[in-house]
Amino acid sequence: MSTPYAKLPAWADYGLIPVINLAVAFIVAGFVVMLVGENPFRAAVILVEGAFGKGTGIAFTLFYATTFIFTGLSVAVAAHCSLFNIGTEGQAYIGGLGIALVCLSFDSVLPWWVIFPIAIVAAAAFGALWGLIPAYLQAKRGSHIVITTIMFNFIAASVMVYLLVGPLKPAGSQAPQTRNFLAGAELPKLNWIIELFGAKIRSAPLNICFLLALVMAFLVWLLIWRTRLGYEMRTYGHSPKAARYAGISETRIIITAMMISGALAGMMALNPVMGDQHNVAIDFVSGAGYVGIAVALMGRLHPVGIVLAAILFGMLYQGGAELAFEMPAISRDMIVIIQGLVILFAGALEHMFRPYIQALFASVSPKSVGMQAVKGTGA
Amino acid sequence: MAQAAIELIGINKSFGAVRANRDINLEVARGTIHGIVGENGAGKSTLMSILYGFYQADSGEIRVGGKPVSINTSNDAIALGIGMVHQHFMLVDNFTVLENVILGAENDVLLKSSIAKARSELDRLEREYGLEVDPDAIIEELPVGLQQRVEILKALYRGAEILILDEPTGVLTPAEADHLFRILKQLKDQGKTIVLITHKLREIMAITDTVSVMRQGTMVATRVTKETTVGELAELMVGRRVLLRVEKGQSEAGAVKLSVKNLTVKDSRGVTMVDNVSFDVRGGEIVGIAGVAGNGQSELLEAISGIRHAVSGEVMLEGKPIDLTGKADPGELRDRGLAHVPEDRHHVGLVLAFEENENSILGYHDDERYLKGPFLDVDAIMADAKDKIEKYDIRPGNPRLKTANFSGGNQQKIVLAREMEQDPGVLIVGQPTRGVDVGAIEFIHKRLIAMRDQGKAVLVVSVELDEIRSLSDRILVMFAGRVVGERGPDATEGELGLLMAGVEHQEAAE
Repeated sequence: MSTPYAKLPAWADYGLIPVINLAVAFIVAGFVVMLVGENPFRAAVILVEGAFGKGTGIAFTLFYATTFIFTGLSVAVAAHCSLFNIGTEGQAYIGGLGIALVCLSFDSVLPWWVIFPIAIVAAAAFGALWGLIPAYLQAKRGSHIVITTIMFNFIAASVMVYLLVGPLKPAGSQAPQTRNFLAGAELPKLNWIIELFGAKIRSAPLNICFLLALVMAFLVWLLIWRTRLGYEMRTYGHSPKAARYAGISETRIIITAMMISGALAGMMALNPVMGDQHNVAIDFVSGAGYVGIAVALMGRLHPVGIVLAAILFGMLYQGGAELAFEMPAISRDMIVIIQGLVILFAGALEHMFRPYIQALFASVSPKSVGMQAVKGTGA
Repeated sequence: MAQAAIELIGINKSFGAVRANRDINLEVARGTIHGIVGENGAGKSTLMSILYGFYQADSGEIRVGGKPVSINTSNDAIALGIGMVHQHFMLVDNFTVLENVILGAENDVLLKSSIAKARSELDRLEREYGLEVDPDAIIEELPVGLQQRVEILKALYRGAEILILDEPTGVLTPAEADHLFRILKQLKDQGKTIVLITHKLREIMAITDTVSVMRQGTMVATRVTKETTVGELAELMVGRRVLLRVEKGQSEAGAVKLSVKNLTVKDSRGVTMVDNVSFDVRGGEIVGIAGVAGNGQSELLEAISGIRHAVSGEVMLEGKPIDLTGKADPGELRDRGLAHVPEDRHHVGLVLAFEENENSILGYHDDERYLKGPFLDVDAIMADAKDKIEKYDIRPGNPRLKTANFSGGNQQKIVLAREMEQDPGVLIVGQPTRGVDVGAIEFIHKRLIAMRDQGKAVLVVSVELDEIRSLSDRILVMFAGRVVGERGPDATEGELGLLMAGVEHQEAAE
């Protein structure tokens, strides 16, 4: 017989379980901190204060979160179509190329509010293009998307290295990066929002891309749950056979989903490139694409969850940097271990505590798990 | 009564909030065949899984041969002499019979002595119980009936004294089933104890000594088979009297709505699954296709509905040809009035992870009624879903509930409601009541007949002979990809059974 579904109420599913997973991750991380001879409670305080304690910290946290929202959404859109897009890293990198071309061409003649929309389109288009090729190979040739997107990450990296030490590098420069953009290609900061709440900010890269990320999160929600295309993507994602039965073209849906995923990945580059560094440098993505996988999984492929998970990872990045600075025994690598634990408990071991929580809910209140009590038991 | 081989006392098992088994008491006497019947989801398989160590009971006691035991894994069960033949065989397809039999019981690195020992032991078992199988045959080359025999041999090889069979005849022809029953009787005569799980009451009557009926997780009755009737058991199963045969009037066949000519379909391996099949379905009639599963019926349905490409042939829908070369799109055929209830509702007809309302538009999701531009018209979809829930008595009546949480019968009603409410000219239905409980079967049959009476052409494929005979105005029998015979609704089961088994139809007609 089929395994009966015991469904948890939404708040427990999306709230309680992630919180428990997170708590366990931090407890285990606490033991690791103890192991290197530091006080885990003080470490936790430093981490949280570093991320949220001061205005600058908050701004940095949200800046990192912005990046992760884009990559998390990118992974999630593909995942809803049961495509595991590992290529977010490369698609974001190539998205940066699109931005560079726009900014280097127009930054001396156009204001930011004209360049920004053009750059968005360019970033999305370049990212989508980098997603299109693996999608085509999957749809038409059956080449597995996981393999091809990983390979495309390497190709993207090689292409960018070539461009950044060659054609895109200003003559005479020693650094493998484009020239710095002029003011026309610099995005406005959002620090004033945090200052509204009375916090002080020295210098932080939080910029208008954060708002763009939130808008995209909403649009992704709309796409997945409220459009015909999203319906078709989810149908294919759950059951390719059902999609075939429903007359949904496999080729079209795979290519469309991967292009949207690639476009979101490409848009991630706007945040560091136009919002912070004002140039395109080698390896500016620095693993954000892979973090996006964790963010998407932890956010349970839902935009709201992804925004929250992205902020959590932003906190780990920012607070972790502070921690490494304050506690010399805790190196940068230790922070990576803590992040790894969060991914482990929130992503990979996501179902570890679920059965116990379900049993608990079932014994306390059967109705809450969406099951009718069997007649006559009085349960 | 003879000494009990198995006693289950006060067994309880819950999955989350679902109480699959409640206070089950069961006693099976040594050397008897004991049947357990019940609707899908009544808890039969759960109970046997507890006995075989797949699940642990939340409370209760198991006694084997009078001694209380604890069975935590299937190895414990095997050690206690309990063997199980699963509904879906647990065989390695590309291994030989011998290799499958020793799998998990190998004792040496090079297998040499294991194989030698197994060969002589198999030989003995085959002689003793009439279970002839070539020990060196590759499993995937054996017919299902023989594969099942290998499963039984596997259990006996491990020293099973108690044999549990879960829906053993689901995949067998009537003749194969008869053979199985002879084997089971022989095993019983040798002193083995057999527990037979099924929902086919006829089998219970034919072979068991005693029978227990389960309903909604409880054991509602145990009867001596000779002293009960099919009617009583059916009533106990569903808790009310059901119509085993639907009432229907004469069909008034009209114009040909679906015409299939010389259709040939190959599967992905290039094997011809449908071989030069021709037939017509007229408006106002139900044509039933009988046959043992795997004789090309599935591929036939898929080709007609545009899911699978055909190699050659011609299909006319309402007088206009369907493109069979691969350009036929199921969506386009739907627009032309062909509705399809697929055999596999779990993977094809429904997306189980979707909410009920989302499934109620699957395939029709590009219909203007459900859309506002590129967006889904959620209000319209919900209203439509509620309407269908009411019309088809889908329970629980909550369109926001995940489809996986509906019972098999209600899931099937979701598919039927979706396809029938489109008012199609032609309805093709695969396994209309597979895995559906008795109450819903009656409802579904009535709906299909109502479609017929409205002048629609209905094509039904089913492996349940009873269903085909009770629904159809004409019966086609498929064997090895070909239509081997056409009969009227009054054809006897024996006659159809012979056709299904591939015996030449001249013989069958006698």
